[in-house]
Amino acid sequence: MAKQLVALENVTYQYDDQTSPALKKISLEVFEGEWLAIVGHNGSGKSTLAKILNGLQFPQEGNVSVCGHSLSEETVWDIRKQIGMVFQNPDNQFVGTTVQDDVAFGLENAGVPQEAMKTRVKDALHKVKMDSFLDQEPHHLSGGQKQRVAIAGILALRPSIIILDEATSMLDPRGREEVIGTVKELKQQDRITVISITHDLEEAAKADRIIVMNQGQIHRQGSPEEIFQMDEELIGLGLDIPFPVKLGKMLRETGIPLTKQFLSEEELVAELWTSHYKI
Amino acid sequence: MDISLQNIEYRYQADTPFERLALSDVSLDIPSGSYIAIIGHTGSGKSTVLQHLNALLKPTKGTVLIGSREIRAGRKEKNLKAVREKVGIVFQFPEHQLFEETVEKDICFGPMNFGVSETEAKRRASVAIEQVGLTKDILEKSPFDLSGGQMRRVAIAGVLAMEPQVIVLDEPTAGLDPRGRKEIMDLFYQLHQDKNLSTVLVTHSMEDAAAYADEIIIMHQGSVFEKGTPSEIFSAPQALIDMGLDVPEVVRFQLKLEQAFGRKMGKVCLTAEELTDVVASFLKGGNPS
Repeated sequence: MAKQLVALENVTYQYDDQTSPALKKISLEVFEGEWLAIVGHNGSGKSTLAKILNGLQFPQEGNVSVCGHSLSEETVWDIRKQIGMVFQNPDNQFVGTTVQDDVAFGLENAGVPQEAMKTRVKDALHKVKMDSFLDQEPHHLSGGQKQRVAIAGILALRPSIIILDEATSMLDPRGREEVIGTVKELKQQDRITVISITHDLEEAAKADRIIVMNQGQIHRQGSPEEIFQMDEELIGLGLDIPFPVKLGKMLRETGIPLTKQFLSEEELVAELWTSHYKI
Repeated sequence: MDISLQNIEYRYQADTPFERLALSDVSLDIPSGSYIAIIGHTGSGKSTVLQHLNALLKPTKGTVLIGSREIRAGRKEKNLKAVREKVGIVFQFPEHQLFEETVEKDICFGPMNFGVSETEAKRRASVAIEQVGLTKDILEKSPFDLSGGQMRRVAIAGVLAMEPQVIVLDEPTAGLDPRGRKEIMDLFYQLHQDKNLSTVLVTHSMEDAAAYADEIIIMHQGSVFEKGTPSEIFSAPQALIDMGLDVPEVVRFQLKLEQAFGRKMGKVCLTAEELTDVVASFLKGGNPS
């Protein structure tokens, strides 16, 4: 069993101006090295959950612990060193005048000596494949590139966990692919734990585990295969089903034998090809 | 009302050291009542085209026809209000533009700016709020007490209250969940049909373009790369993929399948239902229709 990095116990959070809580008695765990996708419709509580994890909001009830520290006013700064967050809008999180200044910003705040800073900036930008853009200004970058710089800014701080809060939802398809590809590599090579908050089901299908949020509660959790068995229920929750799952189901209904549910287009194509020669 | 762009060129910051060519020799037509999708990736010129549709930008070469109004390069244009009243633009993340104390005042701002009386503007606000699927009691609330999805609908109502003949949508569903996306797209399609509006959808989403548009215009590096009906455009998906554009998932899947089998499956499918039929008859050895 992998090491537990984050644990939430019975967390409840209510915004001041709201009549009902945004999160109701949430309990969950996140394990080292896993990619966890948290999905849910707008207003289901998933972004509130992200803010709870790194102490941007403190729950009114329940306990949050990250890397063994229980979250409180005293520990919040240590916890933030462990968790990096990438937000939705690429333009709102670019603070430097050039790519390398932007990545250095966080390191300066953390008081990293200049020599170490230089190597860390270069390493981080190399990991997201933006090292040939060191002196570029933000307005010369695409949305996907800006988000990768944002990820580099976090990597340079060497956290254990990265939270992507709808980090791909404002990007074009190419930008989305760039960011997801980067995250996938980081997870494989550096064993970074990834929590991605999204309503892109194709993105969630690539995760190790999915938590489905609905009205401030955990509706279901499981592997992508298990979650996509929910089928029509997901649509009822304001979500969708990945295309290969939808098509696979429709094909089965016309009498084409498929051995299981397929989450990627490649797998479904391969299955159809094989089954064709069995018929 | 027809809109027509004729051989337009647009340079940002013309005659300065920062001059940049954004559009070159772009011609396109938006006939009255049509639904056109404009697609292209970031920097392809689609937002620059959009701003020509109601004369927010004037071409540095060529002519733009908006109804009977002609906007020509190098000429000083006056009184563009009449044009802007008829062409409503819903910008990306329109909820960021809400500013008034109440939803009603916010919706009334546009029409009153164009000289509509307060009584008439209020009447229009109460119609528009229902058109976007909200109830009238929201009119009295502050727009900032609403959820993100409601705010977006209020912002759209503000454009509808101007009663435009042409509605231009710049990524109207960005950031919404799948249900919200479908609701907004269906809402615009309904309005398009009921009010016989011309609709221009600027989007990255090939799915939406394929599902709703009569014609798709693909922009690439400041020019029109291709235009045609969805089935024409997607009959050669590989060219689009090579340009770094997406194709609808149905089209992409069919392409992968055809590559695996080394054979074409006949017609280009645009919906999962069509594709299921084609694949089923193909696999069962029947003649793919």
